[in-house]
Amino acid sequence: MSARLSSSVETVIAARKAAGSGALVGYLPVGFPDLKTSIDAAVALVENGVDIIELGLPYSDPVMDGPVIQRATQTALADGFKLGHGFEAVAAITARVDAPVLVMTYWNPVLQYGVDRFADDLLAAGGAGLITPDLVADEASEWLAASDRTGLDRVFLAAPSSTDARLRQAVERSRGFVYAVSTMGITGARADVDQAARSLVARLRDAGSTSACVGVGISTGDQVREVLGYADGAIVGSALVSALADGGVPAVARAAAALAAGTVA
Amino acid sequence: MALRDELGPYFGEYGGRFVPESLIAALDELDAAYTAAKTDPVFQAELAELHATYTGRPSIVTEVPRFAEHAGGARIILKREDLNHTGSHKINNVLGQALLAKRLGKTRLIAETGAGQHGVASATAAALFGMECVVYMGEVDTERQALNVARMRLLGAEVIPVTNGSRTLKDAINEALRDWVANVGDTHYLLGTVAGPHPFPVMVRDFHKIIGEEARRQVLDLTGRLPDAVTACVGGGSNAMGIFHAFLDDPDVALYGYEAAGEGHLTERHAATITRGRPGVLHGARSYMLQDEDGQTIESHSISAGLDYPGVGPEHAWLNDIGRASYLPITDDEAMQALRLLSRTEGIIPAIESAHALAGTIKLGKELGPEAIILVNLSGRGDKDMETAGKYFDILDTAALAAEDEAPL
Repeated sequence: MSARLSSSVETVIAARKAAGSGALVGYLPVGFPDLKTSIDAAVALVENGVDIIELGLPYSDPVMDGPVIQRATQTALADGFKLGHGFEAVAAITARVDAPVLVMTYWNPVLQYGVDRFADDLLAAGGAGLITPDLVADEASEWLAASDRTGLDRVFLAAPSSTDARLRQAVERSRGFVYAVSTMGITGARADVDQAARSLVARLRDAGSTSACVGVGISTGDQVREVLGYADGAIVGSALVSALADGGVPAVARAAAALAAGTVA
Repeated sequence: MALRDELGPYFGEYGGRFVPESLIAALDELDAAYTAAKTDPVFQAELAELHATYTGRPSIVTEVPRFAEHAGGARIILKREDLNHTGSHKINNVLGQALLAKRLGKTRLIAETGAGQHGVASATAAALFGMECVVYMGEVDTERQALNVARMRLLGAEVIPVTNGSRTLKDAINEALRDWVANVGDTHYLLGTVAGPHPFPVMVRDFHKIIGEEARRQVLDLTGRLPDAVTACVGGGSNAMGIFHAFLDDPDVALYGYEAAGEGHLTERHAATITRGRPGVLHGARSYMLQDEDGQTIESHSISAGLDYPGVGPEHAWLNDIGRASYLPITDDEAMQALRLLSRTEGIIPAIESAHALAGTIKLGKELGPEAIILVNLSGRGDKDMETAGKYFDILDTAALAAEDEAPL
């Protein structure tokens, strides 16, 4: 398997920016409500205007996730989710639609699978890279090496509480985009996307970022439009998972289309 | 470098900080405050005064010859952390961290608890310092330890039953971390053991190392020499690190940590993390943990809620790998028999957690023989465990129990 030469995620984001808007990143967990439906749902996201898929691997101790995503991933685990299903889902989704698929995973599953082996299998499945909510760049030497070798993207988080030096590190070490955490808190829909997101993105720009996506709390098309006014992408998770839980693939497709309305300039 | 001087963030390949970026600033702030407090005579004097007038330090040591008859006749000396205010060693760490939180201007303490001992200690410190306190406790544990829930509420704390995941200690830690991420501005997370992201493992150890420092002097005064072995139970490992630390650079003193083997460490129902686990990342640090092939945490089991945890502090993982300390499994039944034996022979009812150390000490004493001196950390008292013990021994059948006790073990 040859390495990726450039980031498809960055290419997609740049194209959306050139068109006067920004990218919509949609999160769904693998295996919820079951493996096949989770794959169909991710495909439906892309068919309804989502530009980049963030595919979550269910994990027993998801400290960054709020109740909606916890319930979904716990269900997937109880129903027998295995890491292999993650690669299977990436391959199935990328075979059906063109959008890049980033895998969102807590660190221990990658560590246990073997960092290099994980990178190789993700690349082989057609995945674009990893979003690592509990791995800061300071602890990531093995992943930095594996992602350099394979050309996979690596998305690190930036928080309103991060110092300028840490923001510079997140920008320098990330590839694809930097995940700007909109608010001090965990995933879940919020009525107002924090003002903190706006100033965080401004600080990331000062740190040299040309690809910053805002996540945590975004749940409506209007919020997507607002975020894309200053950021390069908007990430939506819990709102999509809720729609999938309540109304299956048709509902998540409608939710994606409503969010994507916010990407039309 | 002396083993005692290890300051983190890594102990060998263990430790570190595997947390969301949002928490890094708070951990840095805590690390800086702790580093300053360590060499600040005002802070140290404040903590020493609290220990003298509130905790009840120094805790005494008690030699237990009647118990020792069942342990190969070795001299056995208990470090009586069970006599501390709130009933266990947990108060040492809680007062230290609460003082630090006050220095940082935080007005709200959050804590996780399994058996409720750390929750009670945290609620106590919050009451003492006039702070708000929220304790996260797995729903399963709130049911097992209803009395401790009432104690925490009486002390003015809010107890939040955690209903996700396995609804036990590990999920209470997850929920406390989520709360901390959202409220880090005014909130200190009072983590109760030597696990979690740096600086918690080293800071919690340092707040407990007074146990070993006192005990080392007390054993020297009592016997004229150092003990041959120091023993403690290990869940997350705070009481064990507390008593081990002063002896790390005494090469002739063997260190033994006893893990909860539940129904047996070869069954699937145990909490023997070092004995049966392998290295991984859980709750912010790299250490041994119980996990499946995919790295999903496996639920632990122990009759003792305080040891019912699928992880262990990173310094223990390191001491294990370099061979400085040995970690051995003790089953529920071995611990319960030791609990009853100490009660019957010495009039001291230990916590079920500490009874694991006693059970290990019985085996060790038989190996080492009558010339040996063994120092045991009696980390907590058993009042909280009366319901469990009452059920376990079917205590209504008093005649049968008495007959069994006449027979030598």
